Order: sequence, then C-alpha cells, then structure tokens
Amino acid sequence: MAINTLLQHGLTGISLGGAYALIAIGYTMVYGILRLINFAHGDIFMMAGYFMIFAIASFPWYVAVPIVLIATILLGVLIERVAYKPLRSAPRMSIMISAIGVSYLLQNLATYLFTALPRGYPSIPFLKKIFQIGELSASLVTIITPVLTLVLVYLLILLINHSKIGMAMRAVSKDFETSQLMGIKINQVISVTFVVGSLLAAIGSILYFTDRMTVFPFSGMLPGLKCFVAAVLGGIGSIPGAVIGGFILGLGETALVAMGYSTFSDAFTFAILIVMLLFRPTGLFGEKVTDKV
Amino acid sequence: MDTNSYLSISGLKVEYGGIKAVKGISLEVPKGKIVTLIGSNGAGKSTTLRTIAGVVKAKEGSIRFDGVELLGKAPDDIVPMGITLVPEGRRVFANLTVLENLKIGAYVHHHKLDDDLARVFELFPRLKEREWQLAGTLSGGEQQMLAVGRALMSRPKLLMMDEPSLGLAPLIVKDIFNIIKTINEEGITVLLIEQNANHALKIADWGYVMETGVITMQGTGAELLANESIKEAYLGKQKKS
Repeated sequence: MAINTLLQHGLTGISLGGAYALIAIGYTMVYGILRLINFAHGDIFMMAGYFMIFAIASFPWYVAVPIVLIATILLGVLIERVAYKPLRSAPRMSIMISAIGVSYLLQNLATYLFTALPRGYPSIPFLKKIFQIGELSASLVTIITPVLTLVLVYLLILLINHSKIGMAMRAVSKDFETSQLMGIKINQVISVTFVVGSLLAAIGSILYFTDRMTVFPFSGMLPGLKCFVAAVLGGIGSIPGAVIGGFILGLGETALVAMGYSTFSDAFTFAILIVMLLFRPTGLFGEKVTDKV
Repeated sequence: MDTNSYLSISGLKVEYGGIKAVKGISLEVPKGKIVTLIGSNGAGKSTTLRTIAGVVKAKEGSIRFDGVELLGKAPDDIVPMGITLVPEGRRVFANLTVLENLKIGAYVHHHKLDDDLARVFELFPRLKEREWQLAGTLSGGEQQMLAVGRALMSRPKLLMMDEPSLGLAPLIVKDIFNIIKTINEEGITVLLIEQNANHALKIADWGYVMETGVITMQGTGAELLANESIKEAYLGKQKKS
C-alpha cells in the first residue's frame, strides 16, 4: 500500500474514531456516576440527527447547530428525569431495563414521526469543503472531527479535575451516600453528567452524519453499540479510556475496510468486545471493580 | 435532663423494608455538650444518626434542631443548617486528594476556604503534609482524621460521629478522642456513637444506651461508666429480641 493511501485511510479512521470517542464519553460518564449503561445514548445521538434536519430547514447553520445542541441536551436530561430518576433506589437491573425501554421508545417514536425512510442529512457547506495536502484530499469535517474531539476532551478533563462540580462528580462516582452527607445535590450532579454526555453526543452526531449523509430511526443503534464497546475497551468509567477506545475502533474498522474486508468491519468491533471481556474485563484504563452488570 | 435542648428527638421510628431498626426513641442533645449513644451492633445507633442526617427516612416521630423540624428535609438542606455526620468506616473519597476531600467538605459553602483549611491543618498537621496525596493512600488513622477534618470544613454546629474509633490502634483512638474534646471545647456540639463505650463515656456529658432499637438507659457519662449492666450491654450480652 502506498504511503499516501495509508495516510488517507489513517485520516478517515482517526476522524471516525473521533466521532466514536465523543459518543463513548457519554456512556462512560453515565456509567461512572450511576453505574448504568445508558442504552438510550445511541438513540439520543440519532435524535440529534433529526433535530439537525429540522433545524436547518428553517435556520442558517450557525443558528441550527446551537438549537440542535440545546434540544439534544434537553432530551438527555428529560430521559434521565423521567426514566431513570424515579428508579434511583431500585435494583440496578430495573434501571437498565428502563434504559433499553427508552431506546426502543425513541427508535419507534422516530419511525412513527419521521417514517423509516432515510432522510438526507443537511450538509454544512464549509464542513464539506474539500482540501488537499500534497496528494491527500479530505473534506474539512475529516480534519475537524479529531481535532475538535481532542479539544473537547481536554476541556472536559479540565472541568472534571479543576471545577467544583467536577470534584462533586468524582465524589459521587465513588460514593453516593457520603457525597450526600457532604451536602452535594446528587440529582444536580447527575443532570450535569447527562448534559455533558448529550452535548458531546450531539456534536458527535453532527460530525458523524455530515460524513454519512443520511439519518433513519435506527441509525443510532450500531454506532451506539460500537461506542459502548469503545467505552468498555477503554475501561468503562474512564474518560481517556473511552477516547482511546473510540480511536482504536475507528482506526481498526477503517483498516479492515481498506484491506477489502469491509464485511467484517462491524464484526471486528464486537470481536474486540468479546476478547476484551475474556482477557481484561476492566478495559485498558478501567478501575478494578468487581460488581459490573 | 435540661431543657435547653439543641437537638431533640421524640418518638422516632425507622424501618428498613419491614425491619424495625429504631422503635420509638427520644433523646436530647444540649448545646455545647458531648452526648454519646452506646450499644452493641445492630442496636439502631447508626440508623439514628443517618436519619438525623437525612439519608434515611423516618417512619414517624420528630427530630428538631434549634427548633426546626428536620424530618422530610434532604441531606443537602440539613448540612447547611450546621449538622454534619462523620460516617462509619470514614468513607473518605479515595479517588480525591486530601485537599480535595477537605474542600468537598465545604461543598455547601461559597466563601473562601483558606481560614477553614488552616484551622483543620492546625488540628491535624499530618493532613497538611499529605495535602496532595490521594486519600486512598492514607492509613486508617489518617483517614479518620481526614473524615473529621472534612466534616469540620462544613462549619458544623452539631457534629455527629459514627464509630470514629472503629478499627484503629489504641494510641490513635486516644488521639481521636482528644480531638473530639478539643472540637467540643471550641463550641461544637457533639453526638457520638461508639461501641468503645469506655472511651466515649469518659468524655461524654450525657450518655444513652441503645439496645435493639430502644433506649434502655441514660445518665451522665460517669454514672453510666459505673453501672454494671452497662458493661454487660456493650459487651454484647444483650437480650435476644
């Protein structure tokens, strides 16, 4: 393979990985705080895709994007309030089943409201601009995705390590009850977690769908599952882990496609999940906890 | 006992999924005193403290602090009122540094923390040395000091402690009790529960004995210390219910 082809595929892989990383962070953060695998996260990502389609129909992109971000955040927080909060003291399995319920609800709601036919995803003109470096050519979104991902992750880590709410998040993730004894408003911390997770999912959705060009009610399913795998791969609960997991999956899948095994690119992801769970269930950066669902 | 009660519990009943943990207790904590609640495992002492702190819901009864009813309030309302619980088993945040643990103790406050931190470090110089260490790397005694320091950061008026001596070496236990006395001399009311009744009663102004969810005896620390049946009670020879 020529070096240029290699770089070209590498670029695509990193870009895909960036979008995965943004979504995987949502899984890992919610897991870190609530010990819940938020199965609805992939569908929140899908809904963000639809929000964009509708927002751009009436507004220029620079207004539409904030609308999408805000609508997705509201959806994420609403789901938490309605489907998870009432189950706070219920067994963990109940809240997980509730998450699966929300996932199907969103998929079917989208099918009902928007029909199952794929809809064209609007292209934000400047993101689609092609540019060339030497013999490499890529649309701007391919470059922006990994850069933006790293910037956002950096900001997120700053938030978690150096702000009061971040400190509260770390405390809550370690010990719910003692955090309450400190006077921390648990529900507020959980809401912030969902705000961050949904915001990143919305940004990931814009980057991902700009590349894929269509949205349909089930387009959150596979990316959602893959990003969950990315989070497990990195060690669920760990933010750097989720990012690295996302990039590994993105690069791995693209490599398979490049070598002509595109049929197996999805299988690759799940094979990684199985291997990981067999040999290192805590993931690359995971904390050693024994009770996982 | 005296009427200038600061914390006043009456007819408190708490149940956990059908198990009656606290079966209608009444007790008073006067301002500026050390009151201790002793009794064996499972007597309902921790449940009582956790109910005061708001993390456990009571079935009936009343808990008033400085005239304000606490039942029905959430922990994040209760902490700002000046009531802080040092939980059993220390429960420091192992993934946070010592300094962060102290800061999170003052989570409900928005003022500058420098003075409060200086005061805690004066009380526990060891914590100052380990400021940047993760709390999980501290020894048991240091963790207990951190747990107490963290509670002091919330500027409590009433400090509740759940078994502060549990699992600590005798020398450290002595330190901890000395610190409890110092804290109390600075004007903080203390409600202490202990299995180590000997130590607790020595520093307490008033003591209550709790057995299987009811208060069976009360008196000054010295009175209770002298009482033969007390020794039996906390040695674990309590009646089977």
